[in-house]
Amino acid sequence: MPAMNMIQALNSALDVMLTKDPNVLTFGEDVGYFGGVFRVTDGLQKKHGLTRCFDTPIGEGGIVAAAIGMGAYGLRPVAEIQFADYIYPAYDQIVSEAARLRYRSAGDFTAPIVIRTPYGGGIFGGQTHSQSPEALFTHVAGLKTVIPSTPYDAKGLLIAAIEDDDPVIFLEPKRLYNGPFDGYPDRPVTTWAKLPAGEVPEGYYTVPLGKASVVREGGDVTILAYGTMLHVALASAADSGLDCEVIDLRTLVPLDIETIVNSVKKTGRCVIVHEATHTGGYGAELSALVQENCFHHLEAPVERVTGWDTPYPHAFEWQYFPGPARVIAALKRAMEA
Amino acid sequence: MKNRARLSLRVPTPPARPGDAPDFSSIKLEAAGEVRRPEIDARAHDVSDLAYALIRVLDDKGRAVGPWNPKLDAETLRRALRAMLLTRAYDDRMYRAQRQGKTSFYMKCTGEEAVAIAASFALERDDMCFPSYRQQGLLIARGYPLLEMMNQVYSNAHDPLKGRQLPIMYSSKAYGFFTISGNLGTQFPQAVGWAMASAYKGDDRIAASWIGDGTTAEGDFHHALNFASVYRAPVILNVVNNQWAISSFAGIAGGNESTFASRGIGYGLPALRVDGNDFLAVYAATAWAAERARSNLGATLIEHYTYRVEGHSTSDDPSRYRPIDEAKLWPLGDPVERLKDHLIALGEWSEDRQQEAHREAVEQVKAANKEAEAIGTLGHGELPSLKTMFEDVFKDMPEHLRRQRQQMGV
Repeated sequence: MPAMNMIQALNSALDVMLTKDPNVLTFGEDVGYFGGVFRVTDGLQKKHGLTRCFDTPIGEGGIVAAAIGMGAYGLRPVAEIQFADYIYPAYDQIVSEAARLRYRSAGDFTAPIVIRTPYGGGIFGGQTHSQSPEALFTHVAGLKTVIPSTPYDAKGLLIAAIEDDDPVIFLEPKRLYNGPFDGYPDRPVTTWAKLPAGEVPEGYYTVPLGKASVVREGGDVTILAYGTMLHVALASAADSGLDCEVIDLRTLVPLDIETIVNSVKKTGRCVIVHEATHTGGYGAELSALVQENCFHHLEAPVERVTGWDTPYPHAFEWQYFPGPARVIAALKRAMEA
Repeated sequence: MKNRARLSLRVPTPPARPGDAPDFSSIKLEAAGEVRRPEIDARAHDVSDLAYALIRVLDDKGRAVGPWNPKLDAETLRRALRAMLLTRAYDDRMYRAQRQGKTSFYMKCTGEEAVAIAASFALERDDMCFPSYRQQGLLIARGYPLLEMMNQVYSNAHDPLKGRQLPIMYSSKAYGFFTISGNLGTQFPQAVGWAMASAYKGDDRIAASWIGDGTTAEGDFHHALNFASVYRAPVILNVVNNQWAISSFAGIAGGNESTFASRGIGYGLPALRVDGNDFLAVYAATAWAAERARSNLGATLIEHYTYRVEGHSTSDDPSRYRPIDEAKLWPLGDPVERLKDHLIALGEWSEDRQQEAHREAVEQVKAANKEAEAIGTLGHGELPSLKTMFEDVFKDMPEHLRRQRQQMGV
């Protein structure tokens, strides 16, 4: 099985689906000839042709609207928004249109589209290349929101997303494109090359939407994480000396409620980690869900470790980034309560 | 102190407000038949004059003249006239239903019937329309059952959209009528995407979309024109300039400085400006654009110059912002009257037959309405099943929605 980084895995997913289904196309800013600024679509235009993988004007609303029209026709477009920070001009088309076509037409028109976009911090992207907008989408009825944390999952989830009949927001943690990141910026850079999650089959496979993964089993405390924070959570678990259970949510909508609830009932403690700002973040939803379902099993208040309620500051990236020190502190608070 | 005048902010205002005499003196009307008709493969650059002219076919005496005369047979013209009469009768009935409290909201297309109905006659039945909320004539001309439309307006048990949409926001894939959005202009670039897909698949179907003059100020308008131009999408992009965006006159949307059709020029799209109250002109312009699209020559922008005779919706009182008799003095007349006069001039119709056709339309609407009201009106009679509220959010109902449905006890 070949070693792939997340970029190659995503490229492979698109390649597999472009080969398998003539209704799949992919497009976006710099996606075609150049292969995307992160190289996710590298070589796809050359292999599959100009009409299957192409460049678009810089107009995010137009990109998503065109995808919706194509989806309504019967194609399965995969649109790329170059950075999640630039998705806001397309927000109306995503929220008011893609999310609701099926509902408002009683199933007559649908938008089986995927909107891929790199998100998150840790690359010194400043406040316009670092945001985590997932909660803006999870709040909207009719959208599915997927966030992979490994190359293997990235490929399997993207194929599942393309085959899904509903609109999917596919957020790619760009800090993980080339290797995992545990939140210690001073440690040597690691790559996916020798990690099991970097072993990616070349052909077709799927990772189903709506299934979380228990990445580390433990009895003391449950950590809920996704994207880059999954790796921060694992490092924090290892360094905390606690017997942590770490769950990678993989998809935020639909959410694997059962896996979360079973784990928290077992451990009695829950720490939620995400990069997005604190107030109204997806952690608030997770926290409420745990409270609703596990109240009588909880030994401690649910903890949230998140970005601060400020835009992402360029010079203070590591102070902003919810790194292991803050996660470990939260784990200890949870254990001491 | 600098020796030059201070800046001043200009805010455009319409020529007349309530209490003033209506003033259409700034409108320049080409005579019917005066505007040239280029070949369909003309380059956009070579037909830019058409974005400023006004294509008209019917003259003041009801005669069809000039190069844009589509020379339709009398039977087709009679069918079109009946569709317009039916649309007007339907609007009148549904407007009254709203006033009677049988539904929450309604929007008439009075004065603009030719825009939708001529287009539906010029397009193929399986072309996809991405309308705004004032093209109900597309459905009526394509023979969509009035009863279904009314069930939707009443949100009753047989509402094909299960009580989810505002009245007038119809949807029917089978009739090539894309689900209507309340967010302005979103359908314009979607139509381009649909047309791109049709071209990608080597299909022969084209798309058409409609927005109002006010909506040209939305970003989606510009995305649509740009994408249509870049990918040479087989789509017809229609701007219905009915002079009013609720209370804001077309000058606020940018219509004072140039025509809306002229927006197409910068995008390299051929653009036509057409008398929207002239059925034959709208038909001819649409047919020209459709032939162009089907010949793989790409998109056309059409501005339909018309007038919104009624209020924006049942929630609007136009007497608050424009002269009360302005609609009556609109210089391009009434589209129904003009087509009727044309048929009479051809010797193919009469005032008596018009009266009879009008009565038939009213009767047809009345019969359908009786049936619809028997099923239910908003909040009265049989409603859609409550459990359908949770359906169609996703293709398959996820666990959290299933639980919420159970919480509701349905």
